[in-house]
Amino acid sequence: MVASSFSSGRFWVRLRLAICSFAVIYLIAPLIVVLIISFSSAPFLTFPPPGFSMQWYNNLFTNPAWFNSLVTSIKILIPTSILATVLGTAAAYGLARSSFVGKQLVMGLLLSPMIVPVIIIAIGIFGVFRALGLYGNLLGLIIAHTILAIPYVVMTVSGSLAVIDKRLEDAALTLGASPLRCFRRITFPLIFPAVLSGMLFSMVVSFDELIVSMFISTPVVRPVTVQMWSNIRGSVDPTIAAIATLLFCFSLLALLSERAAARKVKKEVDE
Amino acid sequence: MNLVAKNPMNKNAWLIVPAIVVILCFFIYPVSWLLIDSFARPKWGIQNYEVVLGRFVYLKVLLNTFTISAGTTFWCAVIGYPVAYTMAHCSKRTRRLLIFVVLIPFWTSLLVRTFAWMVLLQKTGLINQTLLTLGVIAEPIALIYNRIGVYIGMVQVLLPFLIFPLYSVMLRIDRNYSFAAATLGAPPVRNFFRIYLPLTLPGLVSGGTLVFVSSLGYYITPALLGGPADLMIAQLIERQISTSGNWGMAGALAVLLLVVTAICLGVVHRIIGVKTAWGR
Amino acid sequence: MNKVPNVISKDGKQEMSTANSILELVGVRKVYGSAVAVEGVDLTLHNGEFLTFLGPSGSGKTTTLAMIAGLQMPTAGKILLNGQAVDPLPPYKRNIGMVFQNYALFPHMTVAGNIGFPLEMRGVDAAERKRRIAKTLELIGLPNMGDRYPHQLSGGQQQRVALGRAIVFEPPLLLMDEPLGALDKKLRVQMQLEITRLHRELGISILYVTHDQEEALVMSDRIAVFNDGKIEQLGTAKDLYERPSTAFVAGFLGESNFFHGTVSGLSDGRCFMETPYGQLGAFNNAALQVGDEATLAVRPERLFLYRGRDKKQENCVSGTLTDLIYLGQSRKCVLRTANGDEVVALQHAQQVEEASMIIGEEVCVTWNCADANALSHRTASN
Repeated sequence: MVASSFSSGRFWVRLRLAICSFAVIYLIAPLIVVLIISFSSAPFLTFPPPGFSMQWYNNLFTNPAWFNSLVTSIKILIPTSILATVLGTAAAYGLARSSFVGKQLVMGLLLSPMIVPVIIIAIGIFGVFRALGLYGNLLGLIIAHTILAIPYVVMTVSGSLAVIDKRLEDAALTLGASPLRCFRRITFPLIFPAVLSGMLFSMVVSFDELIVSMFISTPVVRPVTVQMWSNIRGSVDPTIAAIATLLFCFSLLALLSERAAARKVKKEVDE
Repeated sequence: MNLVAKNPMNKNAWLIVPAIVVILCFFIYPVSWLLIDSFARPKWGIQNYEVVLGRFVYLKVLLNTFTISAGTTFWCAVIGYPVAYTMAHCSKRTRRLLIFVVLIPFWTSLLVRTFAWMVLLQKTGLINQTLLTLGVIAEPIALIYNRIGVYIGMVQVLLPFLIFPLYSVMLRIDRNYSFAAATLGAPPVRNFFRIYLPLTLPGLVSGGTLVFVSSLGYYITPALLGGPADLMIAQLIERQISTSGNWGMAGALAVLLLVVTAICLGVVHRIIGVKTAWGR
Repeated sequence: MNKVPNVISKDGKQEMSTANSILELVGVRKVYGSAVAVEGVDLTLHNGEFLTFLGPSGSGKTTTLAMIAGLQMPTAGKILLNGQAVDPLPPYKRNIGMVFQNYALFPHMTVAGNIGFPLEMRGVDAAERKRRIAKTLELIGLPNMGDRYPHQLSGGQQQRVALGRAIVFEPPLLLMDEPLGALDKKLRVQMQLEITRLHRELGISILYVTHDQEEALVMSDRIAVFNDGKIEQLGTAKDLYERPSTAFVAGFLGESNFFHGTVSGLSDGRCFMETPYGQLGAFNNAALQVGDEATLAVRPERLFLYRGRDKKQENCVSGTLTDLIYLGQSRKCVLRTANGDEVVALQHAQQVEEASMIIGEEVCVTWNCADANALSHRTASN
């Protein structure tokens, strides 16, 4: 009797661990497949690949369609991440260090691009940007991506500002620091990891954005995701996998540097 | 409270203005136009809504959207709950590993992941080949361009959104509740269903809502992994514009999607507010 | 206080008669990795007894309780409940009531739901359940509170509900892990009386964990003093207070003055030792032999305080009066000896009237040999 109840407990534990193992495989399988395919020697998607080659990485830099779209994406990504980080950080700081009626509403407004389905944003922007001359050029794409990235910056920075000890700022102000210096010397170093991670988030958001870009880009100014999209729907070639692998390495690097920054600040604060 | 008086502090509020202006001009304004279009194009009235809610083809898409979102939420819960549980109750090293694995989808391009599924799920793909070699199936099964493909793709994308809220709730649950129930005579399974599950329900509900609401507006995954019968509302909106330039209809569908999203978020907000009332 | 008299053994030693014992621990050990949490505990709990585990935090008392409840597995040793080994039984089959430190009331269930939970687990039907919930609510003094949720109750009320939940299924043994720790002083005293009343009325055996010595003295039939994962001493409150067997017990339970020296003579159950203050005498509580290193412990209230240096009396330690602290019903006098040791004496209000002293005065203290205890030095250095 006792033994049976114990083994029933064990049954549930086994089931749980089985589901977990499945989930782990399920979550990483696509990534592994992409990694492997990017080194495939076959000209189309066969798995497992027949042999090893670097041709898709080569293709990425030699094929003008791919290379140009990659350049376009980077041209969008850099101004977008800077704009979104500056606007988002300023807004998050302003929200955290002021009090007025309707603060919740303003916060909601700042986060709303994250909540509204992207397809709605895409079509709305498509309609209006055509009229404003923001269709088919870099500026339009930068503005659109900035809108989509701001919520991520606001969220990460607000989270960090809520955690840091407000008395540190009060102390600096009573010690005679001007608000600007207080921000530069006290607040900013403390929220730096969050700002950095917000910036990385906005880079990833911009680089990975497809739906809005699809509507407001033209074959001349075409970010890499749109190029991938048309490629996937047409004749698929493993260059996509090569880009994806590069992107993942970039994300991993970004993640690690953000962790390192956070650890450094934490260490300094602890000391 | 803050040592500094209120007035100088409110200078900080000006820092919000640039971001708000950008959002108002390039987000609120375009979206509002679209919503207005639903009543204004091709002529003023509610004719677009009559079409959306009156024609079988549109209702079918709405139903699709709803069932696919519900199914995705269900499967996310079934897979995500045990994962969150393991994350909350395991060694530090295993936890770090699991968090990393669960975060991987966040760091891989959505488009690329969907593409990887296309490779894995096709008739000559890895999964079919493996099953064939193992003799589980006699001929390739259709895993893509149908509902199965949509689920496989969407659950993978949205799983982290369910796991993390749940995990943070589970971390905060006092082990003594389960201990107490055990000393009071509850065997493990009843202990779980009477004590642990109800206590983690707020996390499950908020994570589930996040998944459900996100699924409603999904475009890429169903477009690439689904078949013609799996058309969802986001694809329908896209088609209104790209094939027929029907702004009024697109607007009406957008309004519908927004309203459903808002209702879900609002209702769940209420429920969780009530649910957590007994917590504190 | 009305104690249950039939079970107390005067010398504090355990009677191994399993016939009237509800719980027995034999050599129970618990090791976490390389850290020893509980180091070989032997214990017998008699039927209907109120036994307290008293000790500082980290002394292993809560771990011992958790092992009895089945929430932790002992590394070695045996736990017998009613003469039966319970080690293979999971907690939900042990039928032991337990009150947790933070109550662990299920926040998603009402008071009635919480109290009914163990009955539900035992398959008691709804009508009977309702009856017993009502009875228990009556017993814990919270009738008509069944529909409330735990967060709507005060700390004291939550405490009562936790108690009710642990006794509603009439377990033969009730474990309580610092149940009053979260309450304020006044409420704590009230709940102490209430728990003692319930103990008397229900005839249930109780194992009670606390770090509060006053609580232990007020409530228990016997007290087990825990230190470093071991039971230092087990006995009645009076045994422990009057005849501590180690310096730890003498210092942890109440206050003591300590003097160190070497045993120089034995007579008639008494023991004399050579100290920097000359020869001092005490009750030989640790079977000391001539030549042993020893520690003498004497309670402040057992000291007589005199003016001047009276060298003629035996057991006399003199010094300068450094502090006089008024405590209402008594007065605390602190003197510093020539060696730099501090000695504390307690004077009752009546004595204070007679002898008015001033700070800086030469004074001396003395005591009756029977009121002091000679303890082995080995444990004292611990």
